[in-house]
Amino acid sequence: MSGVLIILLLAAGIGIFIVNNKHPDTRDQERLVDMIDSLLPQTQCEKCGYSGCRPYAEAIVRNQADINQCPPGGQHTIRQLAYLLGRDIKPLNPAYGKSGPKTIAWIDEDICIGCIKCIHACPVDAIAGALQQMHTVIAELCTGCELCIAPCPVDCISMVLTNRAGHRIKLKPETRSAQVSS
Amino acid sequence: MNRELHSFPGGLRITTHKELSNDKISIITPLPDRIILPLQQHIGTPAEPLVKIGDKVLKGQIIARATGYVSVPVHATTSGRIIDIGDYSVPDSLGLKAPCIVIEPDGDDIWFDIKSTENFESVDPKALQNVIREAGIVGLGGAGFPAHVKLKEGTESAVDTLIINGVECEPHISCDDRLIREKPAYIVAGTRMIRHAVQAKHCVIALEEDMPEAFEALERLIDDDIELIKLPVKYPQGGERQLIKALTGKEVPSGGLPIHIGIVMHNVGTAAAAYRAVTRGEPLISRYVTVTGELPDPRNLQVLIGTPVRHCADLCGYQEKEGEVIILGGPMMGMHVQNMHIPIIKTTNCVLVSSTFNRNPEMPCIRCGECVDVCPAELLPQQLYWHARSRNYERLREYHLFDCIECGCCAYVCPSNIRLVQYYRKAKKEIAQEERARRGADHALQRFIARNERLEREMQEQHDKKDGMSDNIEQETDKRAYIQSAVERTKAKREQLKKTDSGTDE
Repeated sequence: MSGVLIILLLAAGIGIFIVNNKHPDTRDQERLVDMIDSLLPQTQCEKCGYSGCRPYAEAIVRNQADINQCPPGGQHTIRQLAYLLGRDIKPLNPAYGKSGPKTIAWIDEDICIGCIKCIHACPVDAIAGALQQMHTVIAELCTGCELCIAPCPVDCISMVLTNRAGHRIKLKPETRSAQVSS
Repeated sequence: MNRELHSFPGGLRITTHKELSNDKISIITPLPDRIILPLQQHIGTPAEPLVKIGDKVLKGQIIARATGYVSVPVHATTSGRIIDIGDYSVPDSLGLKAPCIVIEPDGDDIWFDIKSTENFESVDPKALQNVIREAGIVGLGGAGFPAHVKLKEGTESAVDTLIINGVECEPHISCDDRLIREKPAYIVAGTRMIRHAVQAKHCVIALEEDMPEAFEALERLIDDDIELIKLPVKYPQGGERQLIKALTGKEVPSGGLPIHIGIVMHNVGTAAAAYRAVTRGEPLISRYVTVTGELPDPRNLQVLIGTPVRHCADLCGYQEKEGEVIILGGPMMGMHVQNMHIPIIKTTNCVLVSSTFNRNPEMPCIRCGECVDVCPAELLPQQLYWHARSRNYERLREYHLFDCIECGCCAYVCPSNIRLVQYYRKAKKEIAQEERARRGADHALQRFIARNERLEREMQEQHDKKDGMSDNIEQETDKRAYIQSAVERTKAKREQLKKTDSGTDE
């Protein structure tokens, strides 16, 4: 008799669990968004097609976006997201960009005209400068989102590699021009 | 005084091969063609150069100053000319380059004006710490932690025991043994100085049983104030935590420091360097290095810091041979180096030439559990291995990867030849990297949120301003209307008055 009762209780428990899982309330969803957001690199680069890391996390929870749309996070982030969500690991979708070593923006101060367009574009306030004054990227704060590249009217911003301490690796002039043109 | 001895868990009893190098007197290495001094020879922040290319420097002159608290200055180790400041290969397991200052010796070896501290016992412990810092002294046991930091911790909390570590547990290395035999007075005096600097109640010098000559040399010099202890030979007894466990039976808590249980430990080499720094004012510019292995003449050398490894090996009759590996440090924990033009730095204790190094292919783990028995940190090497391979960082933390001292006991006993320590080192590096990235991401997120809030605030302010302006316009029109009405009223009144006036006139 008690055995039957236990089985019934178990069945009820599992039933409640399944129902809860099928209809997660908004609080659970919020928590899941938080967890996904905490795995994303927070570059706010918008390469995934959303206006920031959190909107992308929300889209993943709503099943509108896949887990392989974050180029700065690369394979590492995809792996972590797959573990978290119990999905298969898949390669990065090349439609959203390529992943590579971390780069940061660097302003060629000889060319910069001080138009403050890049300052407005930077999502993390990593560019210092004022109107008609030369601008510079604060290397430690730059997330490498590349959002400042497009608005620059004189193309004086390029992405450069960093060393272990997060500082710009000074390239020889010929390599630099090759990198800029690529 | 009789101290009850304990033992640490795990460990190995391995052939030490110290007889190759420890019975020959050390020789002072002649000046090399060039001296390469890395700006970072210690744990912490690199030093900052104070000299330019072309400058003349004297022996013992500070050529790079300490930046920050966990940092020490770099001194010129001989007199000469600075010929370059730039990136050179340094002792690094990945073979990376790092900023160095290169000196071309002039051969005169002239000392800079150095000051000695007389009568150290009357000097304030803090001042003594400063002298040791200015002399660029770092832990000479291997890790290279700036010595003054450990001393400072001592003055900040009560130190029960100061341990001077003469346990040279790694096979082949005998530089501390030679140092004690040749300069026992330095060590005893240096020990007393460090004791004064940390104000320790007890003081112990610990040696292993396979150093009887060193033991006798010290025994002749010490009084009742210092305990001299001989421990049975066991690897890795020279590890800080292992030696504390063996001497006191106490365990340093995971993630903690020896000072948390009232203990400060320094290497014998550090004690000797402290003696030189205090009584003679000599900075740390040379050290004992064992050059051993498959060489015609293995021995100990007194080497100026910055001397290329090749120069030292040549003195011992080194001939390049196919299939040889050069290891800096001992066979258990040392690092392989490809390039022999790298300099000897403050933490280099041994140059080992070996051709019998384990090159057998790795085979699958058979779960024999040998590694668990020998681990001196009481970890589960097998579990760490699985999780390191699957990059499961969370589980690695749960299994206390960061308590691993990388002693290599597990890899030594592994019947499948698995290079376990390599996996742990790699995992530690990756975890540190991930944590750095995580901190960066958190910071970026904070800045992103702050920026969005600011933008919203600015927008709100602009909006408010606009609202305010339109209010003004209304007020203005009200005002005008009010004035207008007032004007009209007065006009009307005047008219009225005119009329009544004219009426009365009529």
